Amino acid sequence: MDKASILVVDDEKVVRDSLTRWFGEYGYRVSTAGSGKEALGLLSERPFDVMLVDIKMPGMDGLELLRRTREAVPDAVVIIMTAYGTVDYAVQALKQGAYDFVKKPFDPDDLARLVEKALEHRGLVAENIQLKRSLDQVSQFDDIVGDSPEMRDLLEMVRNVAETDSTVLIVGESGTGKELIARAVHAASPRRYMPIVPVSCGALPDTLVESELFGHEKGAFTGAQYRRKGKLELADGGTLFLDEIGEISPKTQVDLLRVLEERAFTRLGGHEVIHVDFRLITATHRDLEQRVAEGKFRQDLFYRLNVVTLRCPPLRERTGDIPLLAEHFMKKLSRQMSRRFELIEPEAMELLQRHPWPGNVRELENAIERAMVVGTPPAIRARDLPVPGPAGGEGAARPGGTSLAAVEREHIQRILLKHRGNVTRAARELEIDRVTLYNKIKKYGLRRE
Amino acid sequence: MPRLTLVTAGPLGRGYLERLAWRLSTVLPHAVIVAGAPLNLSPAWDPERGQYHSTRILELLARGETGEEGSRTLGVVGEDLFVPILTFVFGEALLGGPAAVFSPVRLSPTFYGLPRNKDLLLERSLKEALHELGHTFGLYHCPRDCVMRASANADEVDLKPARFCEACARALPA
Repeated sequence: MDKASILVVDDEKVVRDSLTRWFGEYGYRVSTAGSGKEALGLLSERPFDVMLVDIKMPGMDGLELLRRTREAVPDAVVIIMTAYGTVDYAVQALKQGAYDFVKKPFDPDDLARLVEKALEHRGLVAENIQLKRSLDQVSQFDDIVGDSPEMRDLLEMVRNVAETDSTVLIVGESGTGKELIARAVHAASPRRYMPIVPVSCGALPDTLVESELFGHEKGAFTGAQYRRKGKLELADGGTLFLDEIGEISPKTQVDLLRVLEERAFTRLGGHEVIHVDFRLITATHRDLEQRVAEGKFRQDLFYRLNVVTLRCPPLRERTGDIPLLAEHFMKKLSRQMSRRFELIEPEAMELLQRHPWPGNVRELENAIERAMVVGTPPAIRARDLPVPGPAGGEGAARPGGTSLAAVEREHIQRILLKHRGNVTRAARELEIDRVTLYNKIKKYGLRRE
Repeated sequence: MPRLTLVTAGPLGRGYLERLAWRLSTVLPHAVIVAGAPLNLSPAWDPERGQYHSTRILELLARGETGEEGSRTLGVVGEDLFVPILTFVFGEALLGGPAAVFSPVRLSPTFYGLPRNKDLLLERSLKEALHELGHTFGLYHCPRDCVMRASANADEVDLKPARFCEACARALPA
């Protein structure tokens, strides 16, 4: 491993020479500068792990050098050397970001420990920067697939809004990827090193939404055996993502409005006021303006949430993205399912592009998954897709015909194969009882394996 | 056989020097001799600090060196040493050069108000002498269990052994 590099800046030659010799015995690479100007010159050529800077120098003093160094190298580790009577300056230096200071002459023990500690700190800072770089290299948009003008516009807006701390409302039909967009906004924002905390408001009963958001004290309600932090607290410093915001009750709307105004709240059953700092992103598939007009959603809350609106386009408005998305899901699911699907046959792709996809990207993903369950690698074929074929087409998508019975027969067969003949599971997915399913198997002469 | 010349200055016991010379000869491949004339330290005296500037002493010692391959001069100075930026030093060496110096003053338990302990003083002196001589053979501080490990106080001197680790020993003359 390379030995650490140290830059000693002092106008006294004897100090520079002594420290060069002393640090040299440790094997450190020592450079010296007799003035602040000379030090800046050296810094422009190469970085140093630690700088030891005398505070009192003619011309540019140590404080000025510290300031200019930190402008150029914000994570520079600078130790200030002070003489008797200049401790006040040293305190100023600490306020300006110096790592520490030592009083001349130094006790060798103190100097050795201080430099060791500074180098350790430098190592941790460097490691931290490296980790952050690695994290940044993981694209925030990797999971968002699409090259259509609609998606490019949306991603451009995501990038722009991410840099701000504005509240974002994401609207779009179910299955259009609203949570992915919320995560992309967070991942590209300055808060990205803190958590994004999602809450699905639609999935929780009203009383639970409150407890989820605000947390509760022990004994706040029956079953509250322990104090529990709410999502608002967990999102402190990061992003709170409230999905299905259109579903929250009038009471929760009032509570949420208060939190957004005051940035403070109390846990259920508690009195302690907890201050929080988070960015809020909400999402809904509902028309919130209409709900406001109907009196089902508070107007003041709507305005609070609707600072920046991002609209996720439905898949039918960006059919050009369907091949990309289908390939993406095929590759992803191939890895997950350990089934080597490598291509989508042209007829199948045509079928995918013609389908209106009312369930959007989520429905497309499910369709690809089903085709991979019932089909045989390496190709996804039209007949394996759970979407109707083109009217008057060649029957590629529906080899059994297009009558209701034919469609039902094929659909049940597909579900049976998906569940490897397990009638209970297949019946559950088909939302019929097992007896009905047995009757249909018999009626259509279906295979269970 | 390379020579190691101990040049003395300041108040040092004859018995201490002889025992130190003998212990050094058991560790190093050198013929260890004690120079007859003591070094004149006055050019290294700093009246403001009330200490002797070790770098100046090194310059004086290097001047008297013969330059014989592998031979070294070690100043053993019974006075407190310093370099301008540090409150004190146990010793100093010319890295990869012909001379080194150390002081037993702060190695003695009596410096810290403790009872005299000749054996401990000798053990610490041996370690510091070997350490500074190690620098003259181009060795840096060593993180291993080795006499070249850095020690900024007497306790740390006690913690390291009076021998070179395998890697550092390779730098010594055969």
